[in-house]
Amino acid sequence: MLVSWKWLNELVEIKKTPEEVADLLTMSGIEVEGITSMSLDSKNLKVGLLEEVNKHPQADKLLICRVDIGGGEKRTIITGAANVAVGQKVPVALPGAVLTGGKKIEQAILRGVVSEGMLCSAEELGIDVDKIPVEQRKGIYIFPTTVSAGDDVVKVLNLDDVVLELELTPNRADCLGMLNIAREVAALTGGNLHLPVVKGSQEGQECARMTRVDIEAADLCKRYVARLIKDIQIVPSPLWLQQRLMAVGVRPINNVVDVTNYVMMETGQPLHAFDYDRLQGKRIVVRKARENEELVSLDGQLRKLVPEMLVIADAEKPVAIAGVMGGLETEVTTATKIILLEAASFHGASVRRTSRALGLRSEASLRFEKTVDIEQVRLTADRVVQLLAQIGAGTPVEGCVDCYPVQEEKQPIKLRVKKVNQVLGTALLPEIMEEILKALQIKVVEKNQEGWLLLPPSYRRDLEYEVDLIEEIARLYDYDKISTTMPEGVTSQGMRTAEQKLRYKMRKTMVAQGLFEVINYSFINLQQLDSLGIPNGDPLRETITIQNPLSEEQGMMRTTLLPGLLATVQRNLNKRNKNLKFFELGKVYFADGFPAKKKLPTEKWMLAAVSTGEKVKSWAYEAEKYDFYYLKGVVENLLEGLGYTVDELVFQAVDDLPGLHPGRTALIKVKGKKIGVLGEVHPLVLEKYEIEQKLAMFNFEVESLWAEEVVQKALVVPITKFPAVTRDLAIIVSEEVETGAVDELIRKQGGAWLQEVSLFDLYRGQQIQEGYKSLAFSLTWQAPDKTLTDEEVNSLHQKIEAALQQEFRADLRH
Amino acid sequence: MREQLRLLKEKAEKELLQCNILDDLNEFRIKYMGKKGELTQILRGMGKLPATERPLMGQLANEIRDNLETRLAALTEKMKRKEIERSLFAESIDVTLPGIRPELGRQHPLSLVIEEIEEIFMGMGFTIEEGPEIELDYYNFEALNIPKDHPAREMQDSFYISPEVLLRTHTSPVQARTMEKMRPHLPIKIIVPGKVYRRDDDATHSPMFHQVEGLLIDQIVRFSDLKGVLLNFAQQMFGADQKIRLRPSFFPFTEPSAEVDISCVMCKGAGCRTCSQTGWLEVLGAGMVHPRVLEMGGYNPEEVSGFAFGMGVERIAMLKYGIDDLRLLFENDVRFLRQF
Repeated sequence: MLVSWKWLNELVEIKKTPEEVADLLTMSGIEVEGITSMSLDSKNLKVGLLEEVNKHPQADKLLICRVDIGGGEKRTIITGAANVAVGQKVPVALPGAVLTGGKKIEQAILRGVVSEGMLCSAEELGIDVDKIPVEQRKGIYIFPTTVSAGDDVVKVLNLDDVVLELELTPNRADCLGMLNIAREVAALTGGNLHLPVVKGSQEGQECARMTRVDIEAADLCKRYVARLIKDIQIVPSPLWLQQRLMAVGVRPINNVVDVTNYVMMETGQPLHAFDYDRLQGKRIVVRKARENEELVSLDGQLRKLVPEMLVIADAEKPVAIAGVMGGLETEVTTATKIILLEAASFHGASVRRTSRALGLRSEASLRFEKTVDIEQVRLTADRVVQLLAQIGAGTPVEGCVDCYPVQEEKQPIKLRVKKVNQVLGTALLPEIMEEILKALQIKVVEKNQEGWLLLPPSYRRDLEYEVDLIEEIARLYDYDKISTTMPEGVTSQGMRTAEQKLRYKMRKTMVAQGLFEVINYSFINLQQLDSLGIPNGDPLRETITIQNPLSEEQGMMRTTLLPGLLATVQRNLNKRNKNLKFFELGKVYFADGFPAKKKLPTEKWMLAAVSTGEKVKSWAYEAEKYDFYYLKGVVENLLEGLGYTVDELVFQAVDDLPGLHPGRTALIKVKGKKIGVLGEVHPLVLEKYEIEQKLAMFNFEVESLWAEEVVQKALVVPITKFPAVTRDLAIIVSEEVETGAVDELIRKQGGAWLQEVSLFDLYRGQQIQEGYKSLAFSLTWQAPDKTLTDEEVNSLHQKIEAALQQEFRADLRH
Repeated sequence: MREQLRLLKEKAEKELLQCNILDDLNEFRIKYMGKKGELTQILRGMGKLPATERPLMGQLANEIRDNLETRLAALTEKMKRKEIERSLFAESIDVTLPGIRPELGRQHPLSLVIEEIEEIFMGMGFTIEEGPEIELDYYNFEALNIPKDHPAREMQDSFYISPEVLLRTHTSPVQARTMEKMRPHLPIKIIVPGKVYRRDDDATHSPMFHQVEGLLIDQIVRFSDLKGVLLNFAQQMFGADQKIRLRPSFFPFTEPSAEVDISCVMCKGAGCRTCSQTGWLEVLGAGMVHPRVLEMGGYNPEEVSGFAFGMGVERIAMLKYGIDDLRLLFENDVRFLRQF
């Protein structure tokens, strides 16, 4: 909503600057987003009367004008514009003037002739050309004849106005009209209001003889007022009216349209004028559209109407879409003799639905959607009629038709002094509250010990509850003046739940291991699932589809974090970031029986990571690949950090997981239960993401790591003071034997004293038969209660060796 | 004998001066003071001397030995130090070579900020609650006093899954869910971090973003308490000299409502580009829980009251770290992430 400072000053006495008023409004809940002032220097800008216009003898395209600038002074001015003629009044910039954009005007010689200034276009005067009639946009701006030579251009064109831009919250739709803004300013400053005096019309009379109104859809239209104006003469509006509309961002069109727009900007009530003679039956029916009805709207578009839409019809067919846009057929034209003026109150939600369905938003629909002041409807129509008569656009027809079947009975609202102070944490006296209520024109219906019964003015439809009035008191008292306290209730313990703590720990452990956390959008698309090779029927295809996505690419909710991570890698590779290790801790979403069996889909927290490239070689160490084994180490550290022990973990090779390398993928299991997947991403998947280097990934369902006993295991194992014995064990086994199985057997046979099994060498090559590998382990033995003897260790060691020989035909190397 | 000792002393002293390395000293010790050393031999020969001479010669020989030993010890010490110095010198390295840095991981700035907000509010006794991102229209709108066709629904253009299910447009539905879960217990004192979704995608909006909601419901909760809690938050988050400013505003689920500004973190309130010369930055919305919302949540608004607030995590992260482009937060470029 744009507010003209000059207009506002006519409605309310203001002794403050625009900036001060803007600040007051902002701090009371009507946010002023910007202040624009035209601020052209008026000194050297005058209205000039063109007395002579001649061709420049030396230049085809230039004209030499003799201009009367008032006070008996004349100037010779050269212009290149072709739209000037003798007798016109035009803006003249004399030497010393500064135009929009800082252009300075000086005396100049053009092809041998002295030009003592410049004639100006609308744009050069700083007028927004989108907001003026089309014919005034190009060439020199031509004034109406009513101005006089020598007049101050800035004053005439209102170029010294200041415009405030308001950002209104939905509850303050009343401020979509200047009158209510003026009332708000008066309440804030104490200034006197000077609202226009409107002579109210009588119901019936001539108007009722000439037309009638029937409301058939009373639920969608609570009130409809029609007035008639005859002897209509369609001409441009007087300049003051045009200027005012332009200042608030409305383009002047003609006197009738301009007055309805003006009154809408003044009161917030949208209005519409029909060409009375084109209304079949000369009557108005407010009803819902019938099946297959159509209407060509003012913008020339054919609109298909559906029965939910409220329309204004004549005796036969729709002539307007109620509250949204008028019809072309009954549009007011230069041929119009009589207009039927509509002022009505339509159901806000219905107008919104219709305007959305048709893709049509207008200044009118914007206001109707938020519901207009039903009690002022007739007076608004009267205001239009009065203004039209005042500018000579037509003659009012006596009387009006006011269809207002059910008048609302407004209930007074209770307001308790104690409650006000309790909600706000203040100690305001009732007198202060009463003063504020009075400033807001809220009527006291009854007053008692406790407080008041109050009736807000009809335009403040947002005031329904006691708390609404408490807010009114708070905002006029000033939020800033309310003190600052801390809550006084019972002390409470702030904390994370156990599951939140688990996620917190996971995140910290991942970061501690050198991975970077990323956050990707929760959206994916079918193509991404196809790229991963997810087969039909796989749970990952139980997606949730968004009905109105921004794009097909973001058409569904993710069931896996992998596409987001791969896209992140791709983006980074494109920027030549080659060595990457990312993790994401976020939700995935599964239909899981929705909507048939469940009210809401299932959401699961996942932890996933990807790694690719390497830790680059330095002067001090060799490169280390961010490959499968790197991520495996990350997993082991992570799980150990969460309370698992490494020997509980089983990595089981699998060759059939979609999107993953068949020879380089493992299920991660604990006690036989699958808790996650670790693997290299299939090269064909990587190709889809234009990733040309190997890439490893893992993922976990957070919930599957969520085992009570694991998280609870926080007790420290005591450090034994007895010495540890270390023995090496080297064996040769067939390639088919998995290292994990050997490790498991060693641990099983080693007994309780075996503390650590670590593989320190893996060898294939010349000294070993093909198809075999050499594994070298370092075994550490230690007892909590005694020093182990050689014999004790030897016997266990031999037991391990024997088992290895038997189980894996291991060849022992000593 | 005396002469013999004199000569030995002279010879030994001369040789001692010629010792340059520890090995020389060792040889010297063996040569004179070892089991078969020259001085040892002489001392052994004392028995053959006449008894009258014995004490005198013995004293002399011992003096010579003590003297040599003292000097030998001093020299050994000196030479040891020299030798260590020499080897340390040989071991010297180029200290300007780059260090071997263990790789550090990084937390995403948004999760860092959420964590910081969580910790500040946990310190004030707030518990962390969560809720579904795919939410019922009822919790997202209706239970928050936003009935169907309410103009406020337009403030938040939503992604719909079905007519009754949508991606939550704010973290506020968890207010309603928590009230349902907790009633009739008091106090409810929660914050709710999480992802939210709106149909907006341009330079300053992303279709997915993060919010932190706050809710306190107790027997008596006042607007002044809201101011106190938010001031404390602002000062912990942005610095002890932070000021806050509350402006009246509108949310369907709070009344009175407020937009909360903090003094500009860039210019400290003097006015700059970031704050459009106002000195203030809008960072959150807040207000007293609307009686309708309390009623729908199962609490009697005559008996309890509360406040609620909501803030955008992206906005706070951008202010805190001076990030000028929202999109950086979701591009996950390592060169960006590395800075946190």
